[in-house]
Order: sequence, then structure tokens, then C-alpha cells
Amino acid sequence: MIKKKIFQLIFLSFLFLEEAFASESSGMPQLNPEFWISQIFWLVLTFGTLYLVLSKFILPKISANLEKRKSQILENIEAAEKSREESEDKIKEYNKIVQDSKIEAKNYFNQTREKILKDINQKKENLDKEINEEIKKAEIEIEDLKNKSPEKINKIAIEISTDIIRQLTSIEVNNSSISAIVNDLSKDKDKYYGI
Amino acid sequence: MATNPMHQFEVHRIGPEIKLGEIDISFTNASLFMLISSIAILFVFNLGTKKNSTLPSKLQLLAELSYTFVSKMISDTAGSKAKPYFAFIFSLFMFVLFCNMFGMIPYTFTVTSHIIVTFVLAIFIFIGVTIIGFIKHGFGYLKLFVPSGVPVLLLPLIVVIEVISYLSRPISLSVRLFANMMAGHTMMKVFGGFVISLGIVGGWLPLSFSVALTGLEILVAFLQAYVFAILTCIYLNDALNLHH
Repeated sequence: MIKKKIFQLIFLSFLFLEEAFASESSGMPQLNPEFWISQIFWLVLTFGTLYLVLSKFILPKISANLEKRKSQILENIEAAEKSREESEDKIKEYNKIVQDSKIEAKNYFNQTREKILKDINQKKENLDKEINEEIKKAEIEIEDLKNKSPEKINKIAIEISTDIIRQLTSIEVNNSSISAIVNDLSKDKDKYYGI
Repeated sequence: MATNPMHQFEVHRIGPEIKLGEIDISFTNASLFMLISSIAILFVFNLGTKKNSTLPSKLQLLAELSYTFVSKMISDTAGSKAKPYFAFIFSLFMFVLFCNMFGMIPYTFTVTSHIIVTFVLAIFIFIGVTIIGFIKHGFGYLKLFVPSGVPVLLLPLIVVIEVISYLSRPISLSVRLFANMMAGHTMMKVFGGFVISLGIVGGWLPLSFSVALTGLEILVAFLQAYVFAILTCIYLNDALNLHH
């Protein structure tokens, strides 16, 4: 009985709530100190064991696993990022190759065009030259012909005149007199040929 | 005797009387449920961490979720400095939660409905936090009682109030849990008694109350464990990050 009272006193001095509980103490098994020491002992034992086992064995496992999963996720994200970068590089490379080949094709096209144009121009020039030469030759020929033509015409005129005169008058006319007349006429070249 | 609502809180010896010298440390129904709670926690968490696969099973998910829940609670209230005390707060939360929850099963004993149990936990936390505070800040920890920005005239009064509020922490912490658990269980017992005494005709109303109270009590069981743990975190925060 004395032990019980002492325990009660210790407890109530802790609580400062003597009156609130003392009035009900007969009705509340919680305030019966008979098993307080036992409860404290078993609480320390069970809770202590629980704490030790949890902190030494179980919680490190959970945290390690969580950490592992976190790092794995981070690794995966990193790998994904890396392959994304790689593919971007590849796309850049590909684009560059396409660009380069486009430029090359353009260059090649331009070169070829120039070459062809040059070729055509040269050929045209050659042709022009040839044509010019031909034209010159022809002009010279024509000039030649033109220069010679009055004489021929005179001759033809003389012959025809002699012929006509003979036919008409049956008189043998001297060639030289007719030629003199024709030559005389042909001197006024502009008048007759209209050149 | 059985209809007395306080009967459920009675501690009785199981097995023989064990004496350590003069002190009685017999195994009681309270000890039994402390043991059951601890073993249940260890069982669940051991199973939950056995495989530790990247893709968690249901039990592993439970273990990991409670881990992250408590770890988030600690880092939110006490910051990163409280990491070394994580295991203690985790065990505390789980122990109180499991004891509360086992108490919800009919014919069981609620360990946390005994003031001595909650008081021992609270006084341990109180002493521990005070020691941590003095180790971290030396006598500077006493600045906790002198809030900044208080007029000099009011300072003596404020310091006295702060000291009293600090010293009453273990009491408020232990009484909160104990009173909640005791009141809830007493209430359920009283309503259960009404169901029996009113019989098949009038018993339905208290029965529906009883059902509702059971739900409420399960909520309270979780909430009080959470409050107990988070208050511990807050006290720890005061000791680790002296903000005055």
C-alpha cells in the first residue's frame, strides 16, 4: 500500500494535475501504479528492440532501395538524354551532308553550264568567222563579176547589135564601129544600169 | 464488472509474477500488446523489404510509402539536420500507430490508453530534445525562452510563460494521446453497453453511433500517432534550428 502511494505521488507531482485525476483515481485503472514499472520495463524493451531492428536492418534497406531506384531513374534519364543528343548530332550531320551535296550538285551544274555555254559561244564564233569569210569571198566574187560584167555585156550587146543589124538590113557592119558605139553608151553606165 | 467502461483499461498479469529484486516486471496484457505491435511492425516491414525490387510489390510499396511519408514529415518540420533522428521518429510513429490500431480490435488492450506509457515516451523525447539542444547550442539554447522582438518590459513575463510552456510539453504530449485513446474507447464501450441494454427494439440507434464511432476512432488512432510524431519533430526542430 505504501509503495502504491509513493508511486502515485511521484506520478502526480510530474503531472501537476492532482485534482483532475485524484477525484477519479478509483475509477481509472491507468492511475493504479501496480503495473507501472512493468509497463515501463516492457515499453523500453519492446520499443528499444523495435528501434534497434528498424534502424539497423530495415530502414537502411528501404533507403538503399529508394536510392537505387532514384539513381536508376536518373541514369535512364541521362541515357535518354545522351541518345537524344546523339540523334540530334546525327540529324545535323545528315543535314550537312544533304546541304553539301546540294551545293556540289549546284556547282557541278554551274560548271557544266558554263562549259557548254563557252563551247557554244566558241562554235558560234567560229561559225560566224566562217560565214564572214564566205560572205567576203562571195562579195569579192560579186565585185569581180560586177567589174567584168560591162565588158561582157558590151560584147553581147555588140554581137546582138551586129546580128540584129544583119537581119534587118543584111548589111555587113563593121564590128569595130558598133563596139565603139556600145562602149560609148556603156560609159554612161549610171544612166542605163541604174546602179 | 464487464459493463464498466473502464474495465477494458485494466492491466492484469499474464503468466507468473516476474520480480527483478524488489520490482515487479511481470508480463501483462499491456506487455503482450506492446510485443504484438512491435512484432507486427517488424513482420510487415521485413516482408516489405525482403525482395527490394525496382518494381515494388504491395507490401514493399507500403513500406516505402510509410518511409517517404515519415521522411517528408521530418524534413518539412525539422529540416535536413533531423536526419539522424529519422529512425527514432519512424519507430515512434509506427509503434504508436500500431498500438492505437491494435486497440481498435474488439477485446484487445490499447497500450497507448495508459498515461504511464505515453508519459514515458513523452518524457524521453523531452529529455532527449533538451540534451540535443544543449549539445548543439550550449547555453545559447536558453535563448529559446527569449523570443526576439518582445518589448523589454514584457520580457520577464514572456520568459516565465515560455519556460512553463516548455516544461509542460511532455505533459501535453502524453496527455493528448492518452486522453484521446481513453475517451474514444470509453465512448465506444458506453455505446456498446447501450446497444445491449436497449435490446433489439431501441438498440439500433446506439449501434449506428457505435459504427460511426469506430470509423472516427480509426481516424483518431492514425491522427494521434501522426500528431505525436509531428510534435516530436517540432520539438526537435526547436533544438536543432534555434530560430529565436
